[in-house]
Amino acid sequence: MFKRMITESRIKSPWLLHYDCGSCNGCDIEVLACLTPVYDIERFGIVNVGNPMHADILLVTGTVNHRNKKVLVNLYDQMPHPKVVVAIGSCGLSGGIFREAYNVVGGVDKVIPVDVYVPGCPAKPEAIIDGVVIGLQKFHEKM
Amino acid sequence: MPQIIPFGPQHPVLPEPIHLKLSVVDGIITEAVPAFGFVHRGLEKLADIRDFHQMIQVVERVCGICSMMHAMCYAQGIEEIMGVEVPPRARFLRVIWAELHRMHSHLLWLGLFADSFGFESLFMQIWRIREKVLDINEATTGNRIIVAVNVIGGVRTDLNQEQMRWILSELAEVEKEIRRLETTLMDDYTVKKRTVCKGVLTRSQAFELGLAGPTLRASDVAQDMRMLGYAAYNELDFEPVVEKDGDCYARCKVRFRETLQSIDIIRQAVSKIPEGELSAKVKCRPDGESVSRVEQPRGECFYYIKANGKKNLDRLRIRTPTFANVPAILAMLPGMWLSDVPVIVLSIDPCIACTER
Amino acid sequence: MKGEMISVSIDTVVGETAKIKVEGYRFVTMSCAELDQTMIDILYHFDKDLELKHLRLTVLRDTPVPSVSPVYFAAFLVENEIQDLFAVRFKGLAIDYERTLYLDEEVKVTPFCKYTVEKTGWGVGSKQ
Repeated sequence: MFKRMITESRIKSPWLLHYDCGSCNGCDIEVLACLTPVYDIERFGIVNVGNPMHADILLVTGTVNHRNKKVLVNLYDQMPHPKVVVAIGSCGLSGGIFREAYNVVGGVDKVIPVDVYVPGCPAKPEAIIDGVVIGLQKFHEKM
Repeated sequence: MPQIIPFGPQHPVLPEPIHLKLSVVDGIITEAVPAFGFVHRGLEKLADIRDFHQMIQVVERVCGICSMMHAMCYAQGIEEIMGVEVPPRARFLRVIWAELHRMHSHLLWLGLFADSFGFESLFMQIWRIREKVLDINEATTGNRIIVAVNVIGGVRTDLNQEQMRWILSELAEVEKEIRRLETTLMDDYTVKKRTVCKGVLTRSQAFELGLAGPTLRASDVAQDMRMLGYAAYNELDFEPVVEKDGDCYARCKVRFRETLQSIDIIRQAVSKIPEGELSAKVKCRPDGESVSRVEQPRGECFYYIKANGKKNLDRLRIRTPTFANVPAILAMLPGMWLSDVPVIVLSIDPCIACTER
Repeated sequence: MKGEMISVSIDTVVGETAKIKVEGYRFVTMSCAELDQTMIDILYHFDKDLELKHLRLTVLRDTPVPSVSPVYFAAFLVENEIQDLFAVRFKGLAIDYERTLYLDEEVKVTPFCKYTVEKTGWGVGSKQ
């Protein structure tokens, strides 16, 4: 019974972890803008946390490079199961404008499995919220 | 025996990955060593495969917060090599968008700074005000953050009379709201408790460490690249904002006053803007070396451009303000409490995407 | 290019820098550019009251360059960066990242050299 209660509340109020891989900051501050009064992602019961062990949804912005891919995998592994990964911005999807640069591995999906892709350079807050809501449905299916 | 405590790369206070190795004895920091490379993309090297016009799109993405200034700095460097005269209207339009960027960046920082000492409602309020500035960006250029208005030789988009009137009326409202927050931000007991006398840098220290921007100006050095008179700044009337104390509170004050100063500069620019062309014709290819500097929200941005008459640039070197301000963190942290680390690190307004490019 | 340009050699670079510091200049940054297969150009930029001054040092790529970080501490970061990207070696760095400032060990080449220099042949002492 206790387990069911936790499962249900995780669906209703998923916690969110944001990691900036190698983004130009544009998508990062849009993710932060989602938390602030005008867009207010907390009305969906979503709380931004700093600890991967508390998180259900991982938001990743930016390209993956050789150094931060280890950090990204580490964060992903620390999150409890089930988990949803949302890649944000053109860089997170494919490497974007930086895909030819020497230190860029590519999109987030080269390193960890991605469930939702949010395009845009930078992605608008509306698009990010939409992506997170789709992520919520996927999260529900995985439960 | 000091304890080693890692700070970052994923940290709730900083949205960006910076890693600091802190040696701590009894809660007091004895040494801090930074580690980088989590955001390094190597975009200076992209100059080999993109031509010099396309590089504008790349340098805009050095940093999403001050993207417009990066493009402006780059365009000014190329214009200097090629001897292109930018039309006066374009110069004034550059000033308007640059100051809008400075405002949204400073408001962003003031919010994050409030968040770093746990004043969350202030963070929310400041970011609510900031959205108005982003709305202006979106209405005038089509994008909220990376506005992409610069081309080599001028700007891409124009503002009509109606839009300028609307910008002024929006800014009047922004100013009113910022003034309302002034007492909370500047006189509040908790804010002062966390920021006054934290991370003090004296004038000579700041100068010797080669700092830039508000971090330097908070230590009583009146250095502002806008005084060089690039774009249309030579026709506008303003003074660098300077504070004497050199602590986190002084840095906060400098940025707060600069936000209001930006509103003033935009008003002046709108009242003085001449009619005319938007961009000059750019023919042939650049050949030569140049150094270009602009004042970004975080300080002096430095571009070294070397071209050899080909389509692609020979070398593009970008020195961003945070890169110059990193030694300040190392100088400020020893002797401070571990709990002050987020406040002190944030007080230089770190932009890691800029630093590592 | 705006500002005064002074040519220096490996022996005089630290002395010139110290002289500039006494004159009250602020260290801005250093730039590095490749000239050809063997030669490399290092520029030191200084600023005083918005006036720039540059030092130009042209060296062979495999000659170690004396670091100016004992004079200007702030130079250690940019010298480490050049070490990473151009395979130039700096002697006497205040904090030496041993070419891991930006790039991980698994990146074997120096990205900014048009003529690839293997990282393994560089001999960085005892780097694990």
